[in-house]
Amino acid sequence: MSPILQTKTLTHTYSLGTPFEQAALRGVDFHVEPGELLGIIGHTGSGKSTLMQHLNGLIKPTEGQVYFDGTDIHESKETTRSVRAQVGLVFQYPEYQLFEETVYRDIAFGPKNMGLGGAEVDIRVREAAALVGLTTEQLDKSPFALSGGQKRRAAIAGVMAMRPRVLILDEPTAGLDPRGRDEIIGNIKAFHRETGAAVVLVSHSMEEIARTVSRVVVMSGGQIVMNGTGRSIFAQGAELHAMGLAVPEVTQIVMRLRTLGIDLPCDIFTVEQAAQAILTRAGGDTDAS
Amino acid sequence: MLRDITLGQYFPGDTVIHRLDPRTKLIMVMVYLVALFSAGTALTLGMMAVFLGTIICVSKTKLCLLVRGLRPLAIILVFTGTLNIFLTPGEPIFRVWILTATYEGLRHALVLLARIGMMVMGTFILTYTTSPMNLTDGLEMLLGPLKRIRVPVHELAMIMNMALRFVPTLLAEADKIMSAQKARGADFESGNILRRGQAMIPLLIPLFMSAFRRADELAIAMESRCYHGGEGRTRMRQLRLGLRDALAGLVGALLLTAIIGLGVLGL
Repeated sequence: MSPILQTKTLTHTYSLGTPFEQAALRGVDFHVEPGELLGIIGHTGSGKSTLMQHLNGLIKPTEGQVYFDGTDIHESKETTRSVRAQVGLVFQYPEYQLFEETVYRDIAFGPKNMGLGGAEVDIRVREAAALVGLTTEQLDKSPFALSGGQKRRAAIAGVMAMRPRVLILDEPTAGLDPRGRDEIIGNIKAFHRETGAAVVLVSHSMEEIARTVSRVVVMSGGQIVMNGTGRSIFAQGAELHAMGLAVPEVTQIVMRLRTLGIDLPCDIFTVEQAAQAILTRAGGDTDAS
Repeated sequence: MLRDITLGQYFPGDTVIHRLDPRTKLIMVMVYLVALFSAGTALTLGMMAVFLGTIICVSKTKLCLLVRGLRPLAIILVFTGTLNIFLTPGEPIFRVWILTATYEGLRHALVLLARIGMMVMGTFILTYTTSPMNLTDGLEMLLGPLKRIRVPVHELAMIMNMALRFVPTLLAEADKIMSAQKARGADFESGNILRRGQAMIPLLIPLFMSAFRRADELAIAMESRCYHGGEGRTRMRQLRLGLRDALAGLVGALLLTAIIGLGVLGL
Protein backbone atom coordinates (compact mmCIF):
# COMPACT_ATOMS: atom_id res chain seq x y z
CA MET A 1 0.00 0.00 0.00
CA SER A 2 1.34 3.45 -0.84
CA PRO A 3 1.51 5.91 2.05
CA ILE A 4 -1.27 8.51 2.39
CA LEU A 5 1.11 11.11 3.78
CA GLN A 6 4.79 11.30 3.08
CA THR A 7 7.60 13.79 3.62
CA LYS A 8 10.88 13.83 1.72
CA THR A 9 14.03 15.33 3.30
CA LEU A 10 11.83 17.83 5.11
CA THR A 11 13.87 20.66 6.62
CA HIS A 12 12.57 23.69 8.47
CA THR A 13 14.44 26.60 10.01
CA TYR A 14 12.64 29.19 12.13
CA SER A 15 13.47 32.94 11.91
CA LEU A 16 15.79 32.44 8.96
CA GLY A 17 18.22 35.34 8.69
CA THR A 18 17.87 36.70 12.24
CA PRO A 19 20.04 35.98 15.29
CA PHE A 20 17.23 33.66 16.48
CA GLU A 21 17.69 31.28 13.56
CA GLN A 22 16.93 27.75 14.68
CA ALA A 23 16.70 24.50 12.76
CA ALA A 24 13.61 22.61 13.91
CA LEU A 25 13.66 19.80 11.33
CA ARG A 26 16.68 18.37 9.54
CA GLY A 27 15.91 16.14 6.58
CA VAL A 28 12.95 14.20 7.90
CA ASP A 29 11.67 11.27 5.81
CA PHE A 30 8.36 10.28 7.33
CA HIS A 31 5.23 8.52 6.15
CA VAL A 32 1.77 7.56 7.33
CA GLU A 33 0.04 4.46 5.93
CA PRO A 34 -3.72 4.66 5.23
CA GLY A 35 -5.73 3.65 8.28
CA GLU A 36 -2.80 3.08 10.62
CA LEU A 37 -2.52 4.20 14.24
CA LEU A 38 0.85 5.88 14.59
CA GLY A 39 2.56 7.47 17.57
CA ILE A 40 5.24 10.17 17.52
CA ILE A 41 7.32 10.55 20.66
CA GLY A 42 9.92 13.16 21.34
CA HIS A 43 11.30 15.44 23.96
CA THR A 44 10.14 19.09 24.07
CA GLY A 45 11.84 20.84 21.16
CA SER A 46 12.52 17.66 19.22
CA GLY A 47 10.58 19.04 16.26
CA LYS A 48 7.41 16.97 16.54
CA SER A 49 5.04 19.96 16.60
CA THR A 50 6.83 21.52 13.63
CA LEU A 51 6.59 18.26 11.67
CA MET A 52 2.91 18.04 12.49
CA GLN A 53 2.16 21.51 11.15
CA HIS A 54 3.91 20.68 7.90
CA LEU A 55 1.62 17.73 7.30
CA ASN A 56 -1.40 19.88 6.41
CA GLY A 57 0.47 22.79 4.90
CA LEU A 58 0.26 25.28 7.79
CA ILE A 59 4.00 25.82 7.54
CA LYS A 60 5.94 25.71 4.32
CA PRO A 61 9.10 23.63 4.38
CA THR A 62 12.42 25.47 4.07
CA GLU A 63 13.54 22.47 2.02
CA GLY A 64 11.93 19.19 1.03
CA GLN A 65 8.38 18.20 0.12
CA VAL A 66 5.19 16.94 1.72
CA TYR A 67 2.99 14.58 -0.32
CA PHE A 68 -0.65 13.75 0.36
CA ASP A 69 -1.91 10.83 -1.71
CA GLY A 70 1.04 11.29 -4.04
CA THR A 71 0.62 15.02 -4.78
CA ASP A 72 2.77 17.81 -3.40
CA ILE A 73 0.52 19.74 -1.01
CA HIS A 74 2.08 23.07 -2.00
CA GLU A 75 1.44 22.48 -5.70
CA SER A 76 -1.27 25.18 -5.74
CA LYS A 77 -3.39 27.14 -3.25
CA GLU A 78 -6.38 24.90 -3.96
CA THR A 79 -4.39 21.75 -3.19
CA THR A 80 -3.28 23.19 0.15
CA ARG A 81 -6.87 24.12 1.01
CA SER A 82 -8.27 20.74 0.13
CA VAL A 83 -5.50 18.99 2.07
CA ARG A 84 -6.38 21.02 5.19
CA ALA A 85 -9.81 19.37 5.18
CA GLN A 86 -8.40 15.89 4.67
CA VAL A 87 -5.59 16.09 7.18
CA GLY A 88 -7.25 17.14 10.44
CA LEU A 89 -4.99 18.77 12.97
CA VAL A 90 -5.79 19.03 16.69
CA PHE A 91 -3.39 21.37 18.47
CA GLN A 92 -2.29 21.23 22.07
CA TYR A 93 -4.96 22.55 24.44
CA PRO A 94 -7.52 22.79 21.61
CA GLU A 95 -10.19 24.02 24.04
CA TYR A 96 -8.59 27.48 23.89
CA GLN A 97 -9.73 27.80 20.29
CA LEU A 98 -13.46 27.48 20.98
CA PHE A 99 -15.23 30.70 20.08
CA GLU A 100 -18.84 30.13 18.98
CA GLU A 101 -22.02 30.75 20.97
CA THR A 102 -22.93 27.09 21.13
CA VAL A 103 -20.98 23.85 21.03
CA TYR A 104 -23.00 22.85 17.97
CA ARG A 105 -21.95 25.90 15.99
CA ASP A 106 -18.34 25.49 17.03
CA ILE A 107 -18.22 21.90 15.81
CA ALA A 108 -19.97 23.04 12.59
CA PHE A 109 -17.25 25.65 11.88
CA GLY A 110 -14.95 23.21 10.07
CA PRO A 111 -17.59 21.46 7.90
CA LYS A 112 -19.13 24.86 7.00
CA ASN A 113 -15.74 26.16 5.88
CA MET A 114 -15.56 23.13 3.59
CA GLY A 115 -18.64 24.50 1.85
CA LEU A 116 -21.01 21.71 2.84
CA GLY A 117 -24.80 22.16 2.91
CA GLY A 118 -26.83 22.53 6.11
CA ALA A 119 -28.13 18.95 6.17
CA GLU A 120 -24.69 17.42 5.65
CA VAL A 121 -23.21 19.73 8.30
CA ASP A 122 -25.91 18.63 10.73
CA ILE A 123 -25.19 14.92 10.11
CA ARG A 124 -21.46 15.46 10.64
CA VAL A 125 -21.84 17.54 13.79
CA ARG A 126 -24.07 14.93 15.41
CA GLU A 127 -21.81 12.10 14.31
CA ALA A 128 -18.68 13.81 15.72
CA ALA A 129 -20.47 14.74 18.95
CA ALA A 130 -21.52 11.11 19.38
CA LEU A 131 -17.93 9.95 18.81
CA VAL A 132 -16.66 12.08 21.68
CA GLY A 133 -19.65 11.38 23.90
CA LEU A 134 -21.31 14.79 23.94
CA THR A 135 -25.08 14.75 24.52
CA THR A 136 -27.69 16.66 22.50
CA GLU A 137 -28.31 19.01 25.44
CA GLN A 138 -24.61 19.81 25.63
CA LEU A 139 -24.60 20.76 21.95
CA ASP A 140 -26.88 23.72 22.68
CA LYS A 141 -24.77 24.99 25.59
CA SER A 142 -22.10 27.65 25.36
CA PRO A 143 -18.71 25.97 24.98
CA PHE A 144 -17.48 28.08 27.89
CA ALA A 145 -20.05 26.47 30.18
CA LEU A 146 -18.58 22.97 29.75
CA SER A 147 -16.04 21.32 32.04
CA GLY A 148 -12.37 21.18 31.04
CA GLY A 149 -12.52 17.64 29.67
CA GLN A 150 -15.79 18.29 27.83
CA LYS A 151 -14.35 21.45 26.23
CA ARG A 152 -11.38 19.46 25.02
CA ARG A 153 -13.66 16.77 23.55
CA ALA A 154 -15.85 19.40 21.88
CA ALA A 155 -12.77 20.94 20.27
CA ILE A 156 -11.58 17.53 19.03
CA ALA A 157 -15.07 16.86 17.64
CA GLY A 158 -14.72 20.12 15.68
CA VAL A 159 -11.87 18.53 13.73
CA MET A 160 -13.42 15.04 13.53
CA ALA A 161 -16.54 16.59 11.95
CA MET A 162 -14.48 17.40 8.87
CA ARG A 163 -14.08 13.62 8.39
CA PRO A 164 -10.35 13.85 7.75
CA ARG A 165 -8.58 10.86 6.22
CA VAL A 166 -5.69 11.49 8.59
CA LEU A 167 -6.29 12.85 12.10
CA ILE A 168 -3.26 14.27 13.87
CA LEU A 169 -3.45 15.10 17.56
CA ASP A 170 -0.76 16.97 19.50
CA GLU A 171 -0.71 15.93 23.18
CA PRO A 172 -4.49 15.46 23.29
CA THR A 173 -4.46 14.42 26.94
CA ALA A 174 -2.09 17.07 28.36
CA GLY A 175 -3.28 18.50 31.66
CA LEU A 176 -6.23 16.12 32.12
CA ASP A 177 -6.90 13.80 35.05
CA PRO A 178 -6.56 10.02 34.44
CA ARG A 179 -10.28 9.62 33.77
CA GLY A 180 -10.34 12.50 31.28
CA ARG A 181 -7.27 10.99 29.61
CA ASP A 182 -8.88 7.56 29.24
CA GLU A 183 -12.02 9.15 27.80
CA ILE A 184 -10.11 11.09 25.15
CA ILE A 185 -8.01 8.08 24.17
CA GLY A 186 -11.24 6.04 23.99
CA ASN A 187 -12.81 8.67 21.69
CA ILE A 188 -9.76 8.66 19.42
CA LYS A 189 -9.78 4.87 19.19
CA ALA A 190 -13.51 4.94 18.43
CA PHE A 191 -12.91 7.46 15.64
CA HIS A 192 -10.15 5.27 14.23
CA ARG A 193 -12.28 2.13 14.38
CA GLU A 194 -15.43 3.64 12.91
CA THR A 195 -14.02 5.82 10.12
CA GLY A 196 -10.96 3.80 9.16
CA ALA A 197 -8.95 7.02 8.99
CA ALA A 198 -5.28 7.07 9.88
CA VAL A 199 -4.55 8.56 13.30
CA VAL A 200 -1.26 10.13 14.36
CA LEU A 201 -0.86 10.63 18.09
CA VAL A 202 1.90 13.01 19.17
CA SER A 203 2.85 12.66 22.80
CA HIS A 204 5.63 12.41 25.28
CA SER A 205 3.78 10.03 27.51
CA MET A 206 5.27 6.60 26.88
CA GLU A 207 2.45 4.79 28.68
CA GLU A 208 -0.14 6.39 26.47
CA ILE A 209 1.73 5.67 23.24
CA ALA A 210 2.54 2.10 24.28
CA ARG A 211 -1.08 1.38 25.09
CA THR A 212 -2.61 2.99 22.02
CA VAL A 213 -0.62 2.79 18.82
CA SER A 214 0.71 0.07 16.53
CA ARG A 215 3.79 1.89 15.21
CA VAL A 216 6.05 4.38 16.99
CA VAL A 217 8.34 7.06 15.56
CA VAL A 218 10.87 8.65 17.92
CA MET A 219 12.13 12.15 17.20
CA SER A 220 15.17 13.86 18.64
CA GLY A 221 16.98 17.03 17.57
CA GLY A 222 14.77 17.53 14.51
CA GLN A 223 15.39 14.04 13.15
CA ILE A 224 13.69 10.67 13.24
CA VAL A 225 15.94 8.42 15.28
CA MET A 226 13.79 5.31 15.73
CA ASN A 227 10.88 3.79 13.88
CA GLY A 228 9.17 0.50 14.64
CA THR A 229 6.62 -1.33 16.78
CA GLY A 230 6.14 -0.34 20.40
CA ARG A 231 7.90 -3.53 21.51
CA SER A 232 11.02 -2.94 19.44
CA ILE A 233 11.24 0.72 20.52
CA PHE A 234 10.79 0.22 24.25
CA ALA A 235 13.29 -2.62 24.26
CA GLN A 236 15.95 0.06 23.59
CA GLY A 237 15.60 1.59 27.05
CA ALA A 238 19.16 2.88 27.34
CA GLU A 239 19.05 4.76 24.02
CA LEU A 240 15.69 6.33 24.91
CA HIS A 241 17.05 7.37 28.27
CA ALA A 242 20.00 9.07 26.58
CA MET A 243 17.54 11.18 24.57
CA GLY A 244 15.79 12.29 27.74
CA LEU A 245 12.82 9.98 27.22
CA ALA A 246 11.75 7.49 29.83
CA VAL A 247 10.42 4.04 29.05
CA PRO A 248 7.05 3.25 30.68
CA GLU A 249 7.26 2.88 34.46
CA VAL A 250 6.17 -0.76 34.32
CA THR A 251 8.96 -1.51 31.86
CA GLN A 252 11.44 0.13 34.24
CA ILE A 253 10.25 -2.08 37.10
CA VAL A 254 10.55 -5.18 34.92
CA MET A 255 14.10 -4.14 33.95
CA ARG A 256 15.02 -3.74 37.62
CA LEU A 257 13.57 -7.16 38.38
CA ARG A 258 15.68 -8.59 35.55
CA THR A 259 18.86 -7.10 37.00
CA LEU A 260 17.90 -8.74 40.29
CA GLY A 261 18.02 -12.04 38.45
CA ILE A 262 14.31 -12.62 37.91
CA ASP A 263 13.82 -13.95 34.40
CA LEU A 264 11.13 -11.81 32.72
CA PRO A 265 10.78 -10.76 29.07
CA CYS A 266 12.21 -7.29 28.41
CA ASP A 267 9.44 -6.07 26.10
CA ILE A 268 6.71 -5.46 28.66
CA PHE A 269 5.08 -2.05 28.68
CA THR A 270 1.62 -2.32 30.20
CA VAL A 271 0.61 -3.28 33.72
CA GLU A 272 -1.54 -6.12 32.35
CA GLN A 273 1.38 -7.65 30.45
CA ALA A 274 3.59 -7.36 33.51
CA ALA A 275 1.02 -9.05 35.73
CA GLN A 276 0.62 -11.85 33.22
CA ALA A 277 4.37 -12.36 32.87
CA ILE A 278 5.02 -12.32 36.61
CA LEU A 279 2.21 -14.78 37.23
CA THR A 280 3.48 -17.09 34.49
CA ARG A 281 6.95 -16.84 35.96
CA ALA A 282 5.65 -17.62 39.42
CA GLY A 283 3.78 -20.57 37.88
CA GLY A 284 0.65 -19.47 39.70
CA ASP A 285 -2.95 -19.13 38.66
CA THR A 286 -2.92 -17.04 35.45
CA ASP A 287 -6.60 -16.19 35.80
CA ALA A 288 -6.02 -14.08 38.92
CA SER A 289 -6.06 -10.36 38.26
CA MET B 1 4.47 35.56 9.81
CA LEU B 2 3.30 37.23 13.01
CA ARG B 3 6.40 36.13 14.83
CA ASP B 4 8.51 38.15 12.40
CA ILE B 5 7.24 41.46 13.76
CA THR B 6 10.30 43.26 15.08
CA LEU B 7 8.71 46.24 16.83
CA GLY B 8 9.92 46.51 20.41
CA GLN B 9 11.96 43.35 20.07
CA TYR B 10 15.26 42.92 21.87
CA PHE B 11 18.23 41.18 20.27
CA PRO B 12 20.71 40.10 22.95
CA GLY B 13 24.33 41.00 22.35
CA ASP B 14 27.48 42.04 24.13
CA THR B 15 28.62 45.29 22.52
CA VAL B 16 29.41 48.62 24.20
CA ILE B 17 25.97 49.84 23.19
CA HIS B 18 24.31 46.83 24.81
CA ARG B 19 26.26 47.39 28.03
CA LEU B 20 25.51 51.10 28.37
CA ASP B 21 23.27 52.01 31.28
CA PRO B 22 19.65 52.21 30.06
CA ARG B 23 19.36 55.71 31.54
CA THR B 24 22.30 56.84 29.44
CA LYS B 25 20.75 55.28 26.37
CA LEU B 26 17.37 56.92 26.98
CA ILE B 27 19.00 60.34 27.43
CA MET B 28 21.19 59.75 24.40
CA VAL B 29 18.12 58.96 22.30
CA MET B 30 16.54 62.22 23.43
CA VAL B 31 19.72 64.15 22.65
CA TYR B 32 19.88 62.40 19.30
CA LEU B 33 16.28 63.35 18.49
CA VAL B 34 16.81 67.00 19.45
CA ALA B 35 19.97 67.11 17.35
CA LEU B 36 18.18 65.41 14.45
CA PHE B 37 15.42 67.99 14.40
CA SER B 38 17.89 70.87 14.76
CA ALA B 39 19.78 69.61 11.74
CA GLY B 40 18.33 71.02 8.56
CA THR B 41 21.22 71.29 6.11
CA ALA B 42 23.05 68.71 4.07
CA LEU B 43 26.14 69.09 6.27
CA THR B 44 24.38 68.61 9.61
CA LEU B 45 22.12 65.82 8.36
CA GLY B 46 25.19 64.16 6.92
CA MET B 47 26.86 64.37 10.33
CA MET B 48 23.81 62.77 11.92
CA ALA B 49 23.90 60.00 9.31
CA VAL B 50 27.57 59.33 10.07
CA PHE B 51 26.78 59.25 13.80
CA LEU B 52 23.88 56.83 13.25
CA GLY B 53 26.04 54.68 10.97
CA THR B 54 28.74 54.48 13.63
CA ILE B 55 26.22 53.43 16.27
CA ILE B 56 24.79 50.77 13.93
CA CYS B 57 28.28 49.38 13.32
CA VAL B 58 29.31 49.46 16.98
CA SER B 59 26.07 47.81 18.15
CA LYS B 60 26.37 45.19 15.37
CA THR B 61 22.71 45.71 14.47
CA LYS B 62 21.82 44.06 11.20
CA LEU B 63 20.81 46.65 8.62
CA CYS B 64 18.05 44.43 7.22
CA LEU B 65 16.31 44.44 10.61
CA LEU B 66 16.29 48.25 10.65
CA VAL B 67 14.97 48.40 7.11
CA ARG B 68 12.27 45.89 7.98
CA GLY B 69 11.28 48.15 10.87
CA LEU B 70 10.87 51.04 8.43
CA ARG B 71 8.61 49.10 6.10
CA PRO B 72 5.30 49.85 7.87
CA LEU B 73 6.16 53.57 7.64
CA ALA B 74 6.74 53.46 3.89
CA ILE B 75 3.22 54.63 3.00
CA ILE B 76 3.37 57.60 5.37
CA LEU B 77 6.82 58.57 4.12
CA VAL B 78 5.79 58.45 0.47
CA PHE B 79 2.56 60.33 1.18
CA THR B 80 4.10 63.19 3.19
CA GLY B 81 7.05 63.35 0.82
CA THR B 82 4.77 63.78 -2.19
CA LEU B 83 2.62 66.39 -0.42
CA ASN B 84 5.74 68.36 0.44
CA ILE B 85 7.09 68.30 -3.11
CA PHE B 86 3.89 69.65 -4.61
CA LEU B 87 2.53 71.94 -1.94
CA THR B 88 5.59 74.00 -1.05
CA PRO B 89 5.64 77.29 -2.99
CA GLY B 90 8.88 78.17 -4.79
CA GLU B 91 10.80 77.70 -8.03
CA PRO B 92 8.94 75.18 -10.23
CA ILE B 93 10.56 72.01 -11.61
CA PHE B 94 7.61 70.56 -13.53
CA ARG B 95 3.82 70.70 -13.55
CA VAL B 96 1.27 67.89 -13.36
CA TRP B 97 -2.29 69.10 -13.97
CA ILE B 98 -2.73 71.96 -11.42
CA LEU B 99 0.10 70.78 -9.20
CA THR B 100 3.58 72.24 -9.37
CA ALA B 101 6.63 70.49 -8.03
CA THR B 102 9.18 72.93 -6.61
CA TYR B 103 12.86 72.76 -5.70
CA GLU B 104 12.01 74.01 -2.22
CA GLY B 105 9.42 71.27 -1.91
CA LEU B 106 11.89 68.63 -3.01
CA ARG B 107 14.37 69.89 -0.45
CA HIS B 108 11.72 69.82 2.29
CA ALA B 109 10.69 66.31 1.33
CA LEU B 110 14.26 65.02 1.41
CA VAL B 111 14.95 66.61 4.81
CA LEU B 112 11.71 65.14 6.13
CA LEU B 113 12.50 61.67 4.80
CA ALA B 114 15.99 61.78 6.28
CA ARG B 115 14.70 62.95 9.65
CA ILE B 116 11.87 60.44 9.98
CA GLY B 117 13.98 57.59 8.69
CA MET B 118 16.85 58.33 11.04
CA MET B 119 14.47 58.95 13.94
CA VAL B 120 12.85 55.54 13.55
CA MET B 121 16.18 53.75 13.07
CA GLY B 122 17.71 55.50 16.09
CA THR B 123 14.85 54.56 18.40
CA PHE B 124 14.83 51.02 17.02
CA ILE B 125 18.46 50.64 18.00
CA LEU B 126 17.42 51.52 21.55
CA THR B 127 14.88 48.68 21.75
CA TYR B 128 17.08 46.27 19.79
CA THR B 129 19.96 46.68 22.23
CA THR B 130 18.11 47.14 25.54
CA SER B 131 16.12 44.41 27.23
CA PRO B 132 12.57 45.49 28.15
CA MET B 133 13.43 45.00 31.81
CA ASN B 134 16.40 47.37 31.62
CA LEU B 135 14.43 49.83 29.56
CA THR B 136 11.60 50.15 32.07
CA ASP B 137 14.05 50.22 34.98
CA GLY B 138 15.85 53.11 33.34
CA LEU B 139 12.62 54.90 32.57
CA GLU B 140 11.38 54.48 36.11
CA MET B 141 14.55 55.98 37.55
CA LEU B 142 14.59 58.86 35.09
CA LEU B 143 10.98 59.67 35.89
CA GLY B 144 11.62 59.19 39.62
CA PRO B 145 11.37 62.90 40.51
CA LEU B 146 7.76 62.90 39.30
CA LYS B 147 6.86 60.76 42.31
CA ARG B 148 7.03 63.96 44.35
CA ILE B 149 3.99 65.27 42.52
CA ARG B 150 2.23 61.95 43.04
CA VAL B 151 2.67 60.47 39.58
CA PRO B 152 2.57 56.68 40.07
CA VAL B 153 5.88 56.20 38.27
CA HIS B 154 6.59 52.71 39.55
CA GLU B 155 3.13 51.46 38.60
CA LEU B 156 3.38 53.00 35.15
CA ALA B 157 6.79 51.42 34.59
CA MET B 158 5.44 48.08 35.83
CA ILE B 159 2.47 48.28 33.46
CA MET B 160 4.79 49.09 30.58
CA ASN B 161 7.13 46.30 31.52
CA MET B 162 4.28 43.79 31.58
CA ALA B 163 2.82 45.06 28.33
CA LEU B 164 6.19 44.64 26.64
CA ARG B 165 6.63 41.27 28.28
CA PHE B 166 3.33 40.03 26.89
CA VAL B 167 3.69 41.30 23.34
CA PRO B 168 5.65 38.23 22.16
CA THR B 169 3.51 35.89 24.25
CA LEU B 170 0.27 37.17 22.78
CA LEU B 171 1.73 37.22 19.28
CA ALA B 172 2.73 33.59 19.66
CA GLU B 173 -0.72 32.82 21.01
CA ALA B 174 -2.40 34.63 18.09
CA ASP B 175 -0.19 32.69 15.70
CA LYS B 176 -1.19 29.41 17.30
CA ILE B 177 -4.92 30.15 17.34
CA MET B 178 -4.72 31.31 13.73
CA SER B 179 -3.03 28.05 12.75
CA ALA B 180 -5.65 26.05 14.60
CA GLN B 181 -8.52 27.87 12.91
CA LYS B 182 -6.82 27.58 9.54
CA ALA B 183 -6.57 23.85 10.15
CA ARG B 184 -10.37 23.95 10.42
CA GLY B 185 -10.58 25.72 7.08
CA ALA B 186 -10.78 29.34 8.26
CA ASP B 187 -9.66 31.82 5.61
CA PHE B 188 -7.94 34.99 6.84
CA GLU B 189 -6.49 36.08 3.54
CA SER B 190 -9.23 36.57 0.96
CA GLY B 191 -12.51 38.45 0.63
CA ASN B 192 -13.47 42.11 1.12
CA ILE B 193 -12.98 44.12 4.31
CA LEU B 194 -16.30 43.04 5.82
CA ARG B 195 -15.55 39.37 5.13
CA ARG B 196 -12.08 39.68 6.59
CA GLY B 197 -13.45 41.43 9.65
CA GLN B 198 -15.85 38.56 10.21
CA ALA B 199 -13.06 36.08 9.66
CA MET B 200 -11.19 37.65 12.60
CA ILE B 201 -13.88 36.62 15.11
CA PRO B 202 -12.60 33.04 15.49
CA LEU B 203 -9.18 34.55 16.22
CA LEU B 204 -10.14 37.47 18.46
CA ILE B 205 -12.52 35.73 20.85
CA PRO B 206 -10.05 33.02 21.90
CA LEU B 207 -7.27 35.62 22.02
CA PHE B 208 -9.21 37.88 24.40
CA MET B 209 -10.19 34.91 26.54
CA SER B 210 -6.55 33.95 26.80
CA ALA B 211 -5.39 37.50 27.55
CA PHE B 212 -7.89 37.77 30.38
CA ARG B 213 -6.93 34.37 31.71
CA ARG B 214 -3.26 35.32 31.68
CA ALA B 215 -3.93 38.65 33.38
CA ASP B 216 -5.90 36.85 36.05
CA GLU B 217 -3.19 34.27 36.65
CA LEU B 218 -0.51 36.95 36.74
CA ALA B 219 -2.45 38.98 39.30
CA ILE B 220 -2.82 35.93 41.53
CA ALA B 221 0.86 35.07 41.15
CA MET B 222 1.85 38.63 42.08
CA GLU B 223 -0.50 38.77 45.05
CA SER B 224 0.79 35.46 46.37
CA ARG B 225 4.29 36.95 46.31
CA CYS B 226 3.00 39.92 48.36
CA TYR B 227 3.49 42.48 45.61
CA HIS B 228 2.06 45.82 46.70
CA GLY B 229 3.46 48.49 44.44
CA GLY B 230 6.56 50.64 44.57
CA GLU B 231 6.52 51.77 48.21
CA GLY B 232 9.73 50.66 49.93
CA ARG B 233 10.63 48.24 47.14
CA THR B 234 14.30 47.52 46.54
CA ARG B 235 15.98 46.17 43.42
CA MET B 236 17.90 43.02 42.82
CA ARG B 237 19.86 44.55 39.96
CA GLN B 238 21.21 48.00 40.76
CA LEU B 239 21.96 50.27 37.84
CA ARG B 240 25.38 51.92 38.05
CA LEU B 241 26.80 54.59 35.82
CA GLY B 242 30.36 53.92 34.69
CA LEU B 243 33.13 55.40 32.61
CA ARG B 244 31.51 54.38 29.36
CA ASP B 245 28.33 56.23 30.32
CA ALA B 246 30.36 59.38 30.98
CA LEU B 247 32.05 58.99 27.60
CA ALA B 248 28.70 58.45 25.88
CA GLY B 249 27.39 61.58 27.57
CA LEU B 250 30.41 63.53 26.32
CA VAL B 251 29.86 62.30 22.76
CA GLY B 252 26.18 63.26 22.98
CA ALA B 253 26.99 66.74 24.29
CA LEU B 254 29.59 67.28 21.55
CA LEU B 255 27.16 66.15 18.84
CA LEU B 256 24.39 68.42 20.09
CA THR B 257 26.70 71.43 20.45
CA ALA B 258 28.16 70.86 17.01
CA ILE B 259 24.78 70.55 15.29
CA ILE B 260 23.25 73.54 17.07
CA GLY B 261 26.43 75.56 16.63
CA LEU B 262 26.49 74.89 12.89
CA GLY B 263 22.80 75.74 12.75
CA VAL B 264 23.41 79.12 14.39
CA LEU B 265 26.22 79.78 11.93
CA GLY B 266 23.73 78.98 9.19
CA LEU B 267 25.66 76.09 7.67
